[in-house]
Formats: sequence, structure tokens, C-alpha cells
Amino acid sequence: MLNHKLLEARDLKKYYPVTGGLLSRHRGDVKAVDGVSFFIKEGETLGLVGESGCGKSTLGRTILRLEEPTEGEIIYRGTDVTRLDKKALRELRREVQIIFQDPQSSLDPRMTVGRSIGEALLIQGLGDELERGQKVAEMLVQVGLEGQHAARYPHEFSSGQRQRIGIARALAVEPRLIIADEPVSALDVSVQAQILNLMLDLRQEFGLAYLFIAHDLAVIREISHRIAVMYLGRIAEMAGVKPIFENALHPYTEALLSAIPQVGRKKTRLLLPGSVPSPLNPPPGCRFHPRCHRVMPVCSQEEPVLKDVGGGHLVACHLY
Amino acid sequence: MKETILSVRNLKTYFFTRRGTVRAVDDVDFELKKGECLCLVGESGCGKTVTALSILGLVDRPPGRIVGGEINYDGINLVSCLPARMRQIRGREIAMIFQDAQSALNPVFTIGDQIVEQIKLHSEKSHRQAREMAIDLLKEVGIPSPDEAASYYPHQLSGGMRQRAMIAMSLSCDPRILIADEPTTAVDVTIKAQILDIFQRLKESRQISLLFITHEMGLVSEIGDRVAVMYAGKIVEIASVTELLTNPIFQHPYTSSLIKCLPGITQERERLESIPGTVPSLIDPPSGCLFHPRCAKAMAICREKEPPPVNVTKGHTVFCHLYSAQGMKK
Repeated sequence: MLNHKLLEARDLKKYYPVTGGLLSRHRGDVKAVDGVSFFIKEGETLGLVGESGCGKSTLGRTILRLEEPTEGEIIYRGTDVTRLDKKALRELRREVQIIFQDPQSSLDPRMTVGRSIGEALLIQGLGDELERGQKVAEMLVQVGLEGQHAARYPHEFSSGQRQRIGIARALAVEPRLIIADEPVSALDVSVQAQILNLMLDLRQEFGLAYLFIAHDLAVIREISHRIAVMYLGRIAEMAGVKPIFENALHPYTEALLSAIPQVGRKKTRLLLPGSVPSPLNPPPGCRFHPRCHRVMPVCSQEEPVLKDVGGGHLVACHLY
Repeated sequence: MKETILSVRNLKTYFFTRRGTVRAVDDVDFELKKGECLCLVGESGCGKTVTALSILGLVDRPPGRIVGGEINYDGINLVSCLPARMRQIRGREIAMIFQDAQSALNPVFTIGDQIVEQIKLHSEKSHRQAREMAIDLLKEVGIPSPDEAASYYPHQLSGGMRQRAMIAMSLSCDPRILIADEPTTAVDVTIKAQILDIFQRLKESRQISLLFITHEMGLVSEIGDRVAVMYAGKIVEIASVTELLTNPIFQHPYTSSLIKCLPGITQERERLESIPGTVPSLIDPPSGCLFHPRCAKAMAICREKEPPPVNVTKGHTVFCHLYSAQGMKK
């Protein structure tokens, strides 16, 4: 792992305006991502975890500018992504690719797999037709399929194989960073393990960095170097894999960890009441306080800031 | 010994398609005891859901048909009983919860109305009584402010809340058996824990028998009393949960790999173990033991002969040549 930052987000915000009433007046904002800062080093995997609706996917999409950020900076290898024009943005998207959760709907059902993968190369203007064909076949082999599968259509594959195709498509343009948005959550456990292993192998071979988004901490553990726990648009805790699993500081991380069903363990669970509140109207003070089991009076008044409690372990909680 | 409430004997449900006969459920045999939770585990496409649908008489016909076996409930064979009787049993005595609450609920009626409809269909209650009962049920499954929630449409509820509404609906006629088909697959981990907790409570407070379908071994260990592992339309292992997890010497190789490929939070390792390949086509299944092409411990005999049931300990049956007399000899 090299030591310089490949990607850095600084105080990134993405708000969606909510309008209503007769004159469609602005009535507030859904603060999907609300002041998030993090970095990913070259060849590193950052796992991003949180419940649905906490802004993980929006954050991933904002980095690629599939969603325009409202505020903040995204620095990719020294340039600010938020200021790029269309042409430079296309260049960026060659180096930063995305894999989606649902391989069924992220592949065009009327295009052969070969065309789907080749299209990425075509758009980036890489190679002639013959070279593209070779590259497609090479990529399919790389992800554990066969070259001749290029002539088939998505419906002829199982969901695990389709996810492999999604990975092949992302890989074809030789990216440095892949944003993987819940790539295994729609798959069976046995297939999930196959895909995770594939992603580990590819990381080794191509020196890829991943932003790995998932709601399952156990999956995140297998692949990440560092983990960021997100809650309602903000990062609650960020640290290496070991500190998170052995010494989780934020009560939310503790609850997430204890919610994981484990073979051979019965009911020693910390049950988290309720669900994620609306990001349109987040609770005052610490956003987690209505569900927190270690809540203090200060939590409903002041919002905690993300601070380093030693050794790069960042946590946003009044307890520390 | 607890009494048996439902027994499935040699059940065979086939689908007759243009490409051939799909043996989705092939000779499945198990019992559900009163007040217990039996987990049915396996990968997608191994026949778990078809087994559940067969019990409720909901297999689409054509192309599907139950071609053999018996399902005995309360002295009746559900396979051959009249459709009118089946309708009475379905919902009132055996209820089902589907994986995808979003598509199982009607989007144009409020959840309160949907529960009321179900109650009125199966009992003589007045509208007001039914409404009160619906609200009580919503409260029982832990929906906050149930009065208000009853007037919501499904789209106004979150995934976890919708799943709870489904559970409330399935409880409306106080069924004796509840079949839950992957009820927590589509929800977050924290919500999953909450829903498991509801099932746990129901089991204790209502003495319901649960048939819990899932592909996650972790869940089995938390909620199950006994477990039946299915592979390619057949049961390959059946045992109590404690026996299965604490006595790995007699585990079926398929069961052990299902456990090993789970990403864990307790142990550290370089790579996850995965099972090579996928579930075979049930139109043209492999010869002998159906798992042998993917099995790390496959022997010559596995290709030739279907493994017989072997009783390794009391209540623990494995279908594997590793433990059969013939397999041992070699």
C-alpha cells in the first residue's frame, strides 16, 4: 500500500431540496450527506457501513458526480473533482469506476454481455474493434467466466455471474479506484463468498483501491483495511478494522456489531430501538441520541464533532 | 417428546416445463413439532420455498404439481383435501409470511383495512371489533402508534415496518403454524435483529410452531430449535441446532461449507471459503449424491449411488456416504 492519498473528500454535502404547496416553495432539505470528510490511500479499501437511508449510496454516487455535490471538495490525485468540466470528468470516470448492487438492473437486457463491457471501452475511446473484443474476452476470463460468454445476454447468467460481469465492465477501463455499492448484498451466502474472494484477488493483482459500501459489518470486515460507520448523513466512527471490531467506541457501532447473527451464539444482543429518523428533520444534538443506550443530557443539545481519540481512531460522540 | 403438528412424508413437487421435468422438491420428509422452530436452510433454487408453497397448496398448476407424498396436518392429508377445506386452513391455521412484504401487501388499501379484511373473512366479528383487533396485532409486533399506523398505505411504511405489518396480518386468525419465507433477507441488520426478536416472543407467548426458511446459518443458530438442510430438492441433513453446531464430526459436507462461507466477525482469515459452482439444474440432476460435483470429500461411490439416510445420533440424520455402511467399508 502506498502512502499518499488517492481520493479525499472534505466536508462533502449533498442536500435534496423538498418543495411543496401551491407555489412549490422550498420547504427544507433532505440532508443525505451532511459534512463528510475522509480519504482513501492508493491500493486501500475503505469500508463504508450503515443502515439503509444513512446516505452511503449517495456518498458513493457524489464522488463520481453522478449526483452533484451541494458543498465541499472531492480531491482526486490533486485535482478538485467538483470543478471538472465534462471532458475532464469523463477522464476521471475512467479511473474511478462503480459496481452496483443489483446486477440484474445494471446490465442492459437487450445488449450482449460483450457489448455491455465493450461499451465502456468505446466511450473512453480505447482501442479499435478487434482490440476491444480481445479486451472483453480477457476481462471475462479475469472474473472467472469464459471468453465465449461475450455473445450471451444477461438473462442467461445467474445473479452471481451477472455480478462478475458488472465487475468485468468496471475493470475493463483499468481503473485505480472502484466504488462498490453493496455488491454482494443481493447474493446467496455461498456466492457472496466467491465474489468477495474475486474482489480480493483483483485488488492484489491490479493494486486497486475500493470504497466498499455495505450494510453488513461481517462482509466489510473481510475486505476492508479501514472502516467508516455512517449514521444519518454523517460519519459516526472511523478507524482500522481491528480497532472497530475489538474496541468499538461509538454506541451505534456497538449496536451494529451486536446485531450480526452469529453461528453458535444465542441472544446477547443489544437491540437498537426504532429505525433511522428522517434526514429531512434530523434530531437536534447528536443524531443518534433518540436510539442510544448510553445517552446523556448533553447529547440532545450539542452535536458531537468527529475527533481523533488516539492512533487515527476517529469518533463523534460526547462520551469521549 | 412434543407432539407432531405437521408431518411431511415423501413429498414430491415437480414442475412440468417444455425443457423437461424440474424436480423442485424430491422426496422430502420432515416433521414440525408443537411450539418448535424448524429452520429450512439452503441456497436459492434448492426447493425451500416450493416446499412451503406445497404445504399451503399454493403451487401454480400447471406447470407445477404435487406428484407424490403426504402432508398430514390435524388428521387431514393436505395434498388430497378439497380446495374449500384448504382455504379454511390457509390463513386461519397455517399462515405464511413472504420474503418481499412490498409486493405481498396490496398497495391501494391501508394496512389496517387489509388486516380487517382477513379477520372478517375467517371469523364472525363486526367491523369495529375487527378494527380493534387489527390495532392490537400491530401493537403486538411492535409498531409504534398502531392507531395511526393502521391508516397508512404500505408505501408510507419503511421496509422493517412493512414486514411487521405482514407478521401482524399473518397472526390475525391465531394460526397454529407460521411459515416464514426469508422474512429478514430484504432488511437491515439492526431491523433483522428486531424482527427475530418478535418471532422469539411469538414462539413463547402464542406457542406457535414456526417453519423458518432462510439461507443464513447465523439466523438458524439464534432462532432455530431444529434445522433441515436442503440441497437440490432434497433434505441432506436434519438435526437439532445444538447438535448440528456442536457436533461437527457428523456434519454433511454441504452444511459445513454453508457455515464456513459465512463472513464472520469473530475469526480472522485470509480468504473466505466458498463452494465452487452453483446448485445443479434440477431438470438433469447429477447421478448418485446430488452434491458430489461440488463436494470436497466426494468418493467413487458418491457418483454411483444415492446416499441413504444415516442416523448418526438420536434425532440427527445425514444423507451422506461418509457415514453410511457402504461408504465406510471403502
